[in-house]
Amino acid sequence: MSTTTPTTGAAATTTAKRDRKAEKLARRASDAKTKLSSPWASALAVVIAVLWTIPTLGLFVTSFRPELDIRRTGWWTFPSNPEVTLSNYETALFGAGTAFSTYFVNSIVVTIPAVVIPMSIALLAAYAFAWIDFKGRDVLFVAVFALQIVPLQVTLIPLLSIYVDVGINGSFWTVWLSHSIFALPLAVFLLHNFMKDIPRSLVEAARMDGAGHVKIFFQVLFPLLIPAVAAFSIFQFLWVWNDLLVGLTFAGGAQNVAPLTVRLAELAGSRGADWHLLSAGAFIAIVVPLIVFVSLQRYFVRGLLAGGVKG
Amino acid sequence: MDWLLRADTTPEKLLVMVFAIVLFVAVMAAILYAVDRPKRISNWVVVAGFLGPALALLTFGLIYPAIRTMYQSFFDRTGANYVGFANYSTIFTSDGLQVVLRNTAIWVLLVPIAATFIGLVYATLVDRTRFESFAKALVFLPMAISMVGAGIIWKFVYEYRPNQPNVNQIGLANQVLVWLGFEPQQFLINSPWNTAFLIIVFIWIQVGFAMTVLSAAIKAIPDDIVEAARLDGVGGVRMFRFVTVPTIRPAIVVVFTTIAIVTLKVFDIVRTMTGGNFGTSVVANEFYVQGLRQANEGLGAALAVILFVLVIPIVIYNIRQMRLSEDVR
Repeated sequence: MSTTTPTTGAAATTTAKRDRKAEKLARRASDAKTKLSSPWASALAVVIAVLWTIPTLGLFVTSFRPELDIRRTGWWTFPSNPEVTLSNYETALFGAGTAFSTYFVNSIVVTIPAVVIPMSIALLAAYAFAWIDFKGRDVLFVAVFALQIVPLQVTLIPLLSIYVDVGINGSFWTVWLSHSIFALPLAVFLLHNFMKDIPRSLVEAARMDGAGHVKIFFQVLFPLLIPAVAAFSIFQFLWVWNDLLVGLTFAGGAQNVAPLTVRLAELAGSRGADWHLLSAGAFIAIVVPLIVFVSLQRYFVRGLLAGGVKG
Repeated sequence: MDWLLRADTTPEKLLVMVFAIVLFVAVMAAILYAVDRPKRISNWVVVAGFLGPALALLTFGLIYPAIRTMYQSFFDRTGANYVGFANYSTIFTSDGLQVVLRNTAIWVLLVPIAATFIGLVYATLVDRTRFESFAKALVFLPMAISMVGAGIIWKFVYEYRPNQPNVNQIGLANQVLVWLGFEPQQFLINSPWNTAFLIIVFIWIQVGFAMTVLSAAIKAIPDDIVEAARLDGVGGVRMFRFVTVPTIRPAIVVVFTTIAIVTLKVFDIVRTMTGGNFGTSVVANEFYVQGLRQANEGLGAALAVILFVLVIPIVIYNIRQMRLSEDVR
């Protein structure tokens, strides 16, 4: 029952905070009235919102229209001829020439380890940079951080020839390894920033109790880091799932490894007029990141604001 | 062990995936177990245990290949004969590659300006309105879509059909032209404007990023500044121009440079929409074509190095500005 007092105390503070926040919001809302009173401003906002939505909507509607309709009329005529079919998706997923279901599995198999592995390695490294004292720590940290500037392109040809020499070229291992490596500088940097913000006293207290680094890491820090881990995981997930360059370079020719994006880009080149396949294929590739993104947007935005941009 | 390298069926693939993760976890656990002797083991061993995997991977996968590529850029297409700066002079003198450089310059100039500007305007317009989160989600959504997906979405917008009786346009852009009484255009083929139409796609993607970061910056503007300005009778466009923009200037610079860095490396859009044909190629695409498709290692390496060199000053500036904006926050 010893936890009761601090909890109520904390609750009281949050309520007070919330009150103040509500007050602030109310004031700002009244300000907003004067600010957005101009109809031109609202119109401009609507125009931008529409321009940003229509292209996706058009392809989405198209993906459900029969092939002949797609060839003959624009998708905007759909309301006057509302015929809906799932056969585009069926052909795209299981048709012999497209086989998106295979590539969908590939994308999943590529992505999950490519998130878990760099995440874990970066967590350990970030812990060392934040909480273990050793000589040369700052220099090393800056060096890792600075590696963010290395464009992927610079690394691809040498890595590819190493993979070929070792004999693992065209397997999942090359894609996992490459994605993990490319993720590290940013991951270490972001996680270090989060870890640094954890109060020193927590770690000191655990140390007093005789806990080693491993115990401190798992029992004290990790639970507090879950939001940061979530933010980075979503980031890396979207990045790997949506990546084209790495997939194309290391798994471009292999039907059993290449992810969806590679297949889709290929299809856009070889069968660029088959919009019933391209539209359905595009949405098969888009749906997973879209779900992840919509359901976990909060974490994603947090990661973005913490400086998480990678290229 | 063959199935580890050549998984053909879905169960096999999933098995390889699980195996890889288990293997990885086991190795990490072994390392941690080995260093978890707080009293008896020296600090250096602990540091090596925690940092070792990351540093080893970075050395193997970033540092070594980067040095190797720089070295390679002074060799010919097979990588056997030293050619000095020949690859670089090819890039700066051959007609085809000059177009590539010109295109890259246009991209890096236009995308950050347009995306930052639109993002900033939109963030200001929807700030503290009733539909704010919904309005932002609409513009932010393209960020979740792969550039390949976005490329296909826009390729469909630009789709061209000859202007004949009984032939309907199926691409929205050309239909709009027809509605307005113009001839339909081959947006992705007619140079040099096709580059501009590719650029639009990337702006479409990047505005979401600009808007999110700038919106957070706008919300962080202290109330008293806004109120003081309002008491002085400042509002609307002048508020935007003289209060909002100067106050969040560091954030704007960070957004601008960040987008510039991403734009320099843009590849997927060009690859998906035109394949770099019709005079639309950019450095990152040309790197792929030369270095990986046409096996011209030397030229590919030189293009990669140019990309690297172009990125460095922007990154340094970006980081310095990020520091500044953190101080402001």
